[in-house]
Amino acid sequence: MAEVVVFSIFAAVALVGAVVMVTASNPVYSAIGLLGAMFSIAVMYVMLDAHFVAAVQVIIYAGAVMTLFLFVIMLIGVDTSDVYGMRPMVQRVMTVVVSIGFFAAIVLAARGAWITGSDAFGSGDFNGTIEAVADNLFGNWTIVFLSTVMLLTIAALGTIALAYFGHVSADDEEATL
Amino acid sequence: MSIFIEATIKVIAAFVFLLLTTLIIIWAERKWVSDLQNRIGPDRAGPFGILQSLADGAKAFFKESIRPARADFVIYMAAPIAAVLPALLIFLVIPIGAPVEIGGTEYTLQVMDLNIGLLYVLALSSIAVYAITLAGWSSGSKYPLLGAVRASAQMISYEAAMGLALVPVVLFAGTTSIAGIVDGQQGTFGAFLPAWNIVLLPSFVIFLIAGFAETNRAPFDLVEAESEIVGGYHTEYSGLTFAMFFLAEYINVFNISALTATLFLGGWAGPVPDFLPTAIQWLVPIFWFLLKTWAVVFLFVWVRATLPRMRYDQLMAFGWKRLIPVSLAWIILCAVAIGFREFGAPWS
Repeated sequence: MAEVVVFSIFAAVALVGAVVMVTASNPVYSAIGLLGAMFSIAVMYVMLDAHFVAAVQVIIYAGAVMTLFLFVIMLIGVDTSDVYGMRPMVQRVMTVVVSIGFFAAIVLAARGAWITGSDAFGSGDFNGTIEAVADNLFGNWTIVFLSTVMLLTIAALGTIALAYFGHVSADDEEATL
Repeated sequence: MSIFIEATIKVIAAFVFLLLTTLIIIWAERKWVSDLQNRIGPDRAGPFGILQSLADGAKAFFKESIRPARADFVIYMAAPIAAVLPALLIFLVIPIGAPVEIGGTEYTLQVMDLNIGLLYVLALSSIAVYAITLAGWSSGSKYPLLGAVRASAQMISYEAAMGLALVPVVLFAGTTSIAGIVDGQQGTFGAFLPAWNIVLLPSFVIFLIAGFAETNRAPFDLVEAESEIVGGYHTEYSGLTFAMFFLAEYINVFNISALTATLFLGGWAGPVPDFLPTAIQWLVPIFWFLLKTWAVVFLFVWVRATLPRMRYDQLMAFGWKRLIPVSLAWIILCAVAIGFREFGAPWS
């Protein structure tokens, strides 16, 4: 019972947040809407016993990424009076097509559960503690995990290299003139 | 007893305890700062001015909450609530004493012991920045906005250092459950040295510095630097809404102090004398916990009364170029030490 109540509340918050994020004309409202959606999804993870994923969701997405978005929005100082004109027709049609496609993909992915009533991805006894997640990450999926680590490290290094080595200081520019 | 009743009682008790403590901290800070600065400090309301916080609270309650004309009203009113909530919630995972046995059932003196305890703390402290950011933005005025931009940059930077400082603690404890970390600090090294995590000295220092920055306390109070940006993010707030920001700041000071005491100073661990009657022996761990926590609270006040405010570029350079590299190096050292202990030398 309690689960149904909590789920209903946070599902509603997640949906409203997502809609606000897309429709709000003020970027700060969009950011807050996205924040609400992310936080509600973290609550869903808690209800699914995936505590570690929930904590990471809040720390990384709600905590770091959204703060950065808000910071950039405030730093650039987007004015509330900025009005974005209607999007071109092609874009609107594309939006509808992609939305339908995405919805269909979700339905396909969740179909197993809807028809048979069992979990679409198998594994009935799910354990979301840090120990269980670590066992999987560093046991079953070590190579995949380390590849992701490599990928992210290379991306970070690339960013630093692009920003740092391509940089021409004001003095150098003057010297070349 | 149903788990719901137990949880409700614990949560209410924790909130009452937290609010009363905050009142005392505000008074104690003013007294200590005035002592450190050779002043008398509040001495009119009650003996030693101890009712000063209550009087201030009553004053804030009856003051008008002014609403700036250009404020974004919904967010403007939501921000103070968003400041207090994470502060209250963080305290729920901190154990304030040893488990107590009442009528054959064991109760922990902690609202909940989460498997992800430390991550929960980090998650909530990363949420706390929104209150300040949104308060500054929604005030519709330039000084609050400057304070908010400073706050978001500062809190993201020092949150990283704080998280990294906690990694060695987790490595050595082998758990992120806070009760588990306290259990790991019971006992002694050798004969009498307590086995506290303070032996991870770099972590302790970095955590404490990051804690000062996370709570926006001196010397990192650029967010509300009165000589530069009036009151920072809370410039436009008055009355009860201002009081809520004030409350949140002091609850956060207590939370960080309690966390420092719990993670690095052994929490409630300490000698329990045998001669006391068993009925009051359960109070002794609470006493140790409060003693350690208040020692850290005093450190907060002492630092505030002693150190001047940092410059903004110094703050950023200190966070990113000193604290984070040092904590990364320290994590590697700790990991190597643990690997050595577990598996022996690589050449053996």
